[in-house]
Amino acid sequence: MLAKAKLTKRKTFEFTRWAVHPALIFTFLFFVLPLLAMLIVSFWQRIGGKLTATWTFANYNKFFSKDYLVEALVNSVEVTLTATVISVLIAYPLAYILAYRVPVRWQRFVLIFTILPFWTAYVVRSYSWLLVISENGIINVILTSLGLIDQPLEMAYSRGATVLGFVHFFTMLMTLTIYANLVQIKPSYRKAAADLGASPLQIFLRITLPLSIPGVAVGAFITFVIAIGDYINPQILGGGNEVLIPQAIILQVSRAANFPMASVMSVMLMVVVIVVYFISAKHLKMERV
Amino acid sequence: MRTWVRNTPAAVYLLVALAFIYLPVVVLVLFSFQDGPLPVPPFNGPSLHWYEKMFGNERLIESLINSVVVAILSAVVTTFLGFLAAYGMARRTPRFAGSIRFSLMAPLTVSYLIIGIGLLITLNIVGISKSLFAVGIGHVVINLPLCFAIIYSQFGDHTRNIDDAARDLGASDFQTLLHVIAHVMKPSLFASFCLSATLSWDEFIIAFLLSRFDVTLPVIIFEMLRSGLTPEVNAAGTLVFAISVTTVIVAAITVSALTSGRK
Repeated sequence: MLAKAKLTKRKTFEFTRWAVHPALIFTFLFFVLPLLAMLIVSFWQRIGGKLTATWTFANYNKFFSKDYLVEALVNSVEVTLTATVISVLIAYPLAYILAYRVPVRWQRFVLIFTILPFWTAYVVRSYSWLLVISENGIINVILTSLGLIDQPLEMAYSRGATVLGFVHFFTMLMTLTIYANLVQIKPSYRKAAADLGASPLQIFLRITLPLSIPGVAVGAFITFVIAIGDYINPQILGGGNEVLIPQAIILQVSRAANFPMASVMSVMLMVVVIVVYFISAKHLKMERV
Repeated sequence: MRTWVRNTPAAVYLLVALAFIYLPVVVLVLFSFQDGPLPVPPFNGPSLHWYEKMFGNERLIESLINSVVVAILSAVVTTFLGFLAAYGMARRTPRFAGSIRFSLMAPLTVSYLIIGIGLLITLNIVGISKSLFAVGIGHVVINLPLCFAIIYSQFGDHTRNIDDAARDLGASDFQTLLHVIAHVMKPSLFASFCLSATLSWDEFIIAFLLSRFDVTLPVIIFEMLRSGLTPEVNAAGTLVFAISVTTVIVAAITVSALTSGRK
């Protein structure tokens, strides 16, 4: 009996090891290796239209000597941070209302309804905002017909429009992560605080808010990662006045097929994300959300 | 009365937020039924003209079929890999469990754009040309972490007990996995498949970078966008949205039916 139990155990252990391998190998081949290739190519050069292993920092020097490339990175960080902060400010009250003001049996339905436009076709999402804010878009038509403005407002094709597109999408995402965090906070904590004489504002500031920081952090981090790497939204809503880093990368790839330069920019983008990860790491407990 | 007063600001905030969230969606769908060349007010319609035009667009229909094929195949592979990995992690914690989980989840923290550029450079170095197959590989990479996490989160003590029971009754490793564990895990496998398929169906940047002649629907829509505002884009966008939402809703209903039947 004992021998049999032992045997089963050994067999399971081996099978377990085997079961994880396909996914690990896949991730290594198609995720780790490509990123390494990208890092390596960032030290190569394109000579006569062919990739040549030159092992030089020339591309990095070029990146930092071209003002418009550094500026693209700075623009990206600014736009992404602005969008993230505004999204938190809109999403937090929304998640709070969903979790504490909407009757429990309605919560699921209202939550699903709130995040349903999350599934709007990705390429069309920014375009839809163009229909709303463009010169002859719905907002200008309404304001003009009400006689509030004479000239149509210039809202599209600007940094504000890019931020608007991001805020729309990420408000939904963060409402979800913050809500998931808020409903996990035990009501007894707030009741205990109230019994001990805390005012509603004190309860919020001392109990609810600190306990909901992980939800905010996870949502903000995901927002930052996705938004800073997004090409479509700035391309469609941003107009030609300023270039963000994903647009600069795509330009290098599609116009010039300049993989070394595209790699340098991608590496810089990853460095920014890694820095942000370490800044927010102590709040990021992915399992809790 | 007092609760009503207390809740009014909340209700107003909720309504304003919902209006903001739904504004572009409503405009998109409404003007896909526009009777005229521009998807802006005034609305003359409803008309199905732009849907007819869209379904007559051969390149668009071809790309739609490509998208469906890539979505389904990549979702099958993703769910299969994610299931095996989750089983391996849950059945008995392997050595280096922490680092394995970290490696499997790592692609979540990297922009799709960078994953796409990395794959593009790799294809270029190895000398393989761009194709829908490469797009599918890219979609498995980006969806594997999510699917693994969903399936892994549903493994618990009860699955371990069932697993032990099946083995004690003489089932082999494969029989246990295929007939017992996969059966118990059906809801999360189905959820993972649907999520993976919808995300692939809607993915743009990897498909844009890695495809050449055969492209997916989002890439075609992006090409159409370059010619400016046209209700045909609204119609295509509405179609993509409708299919995504239908998949998500069907998945949600099926999963809740599967799980509630078990209790």
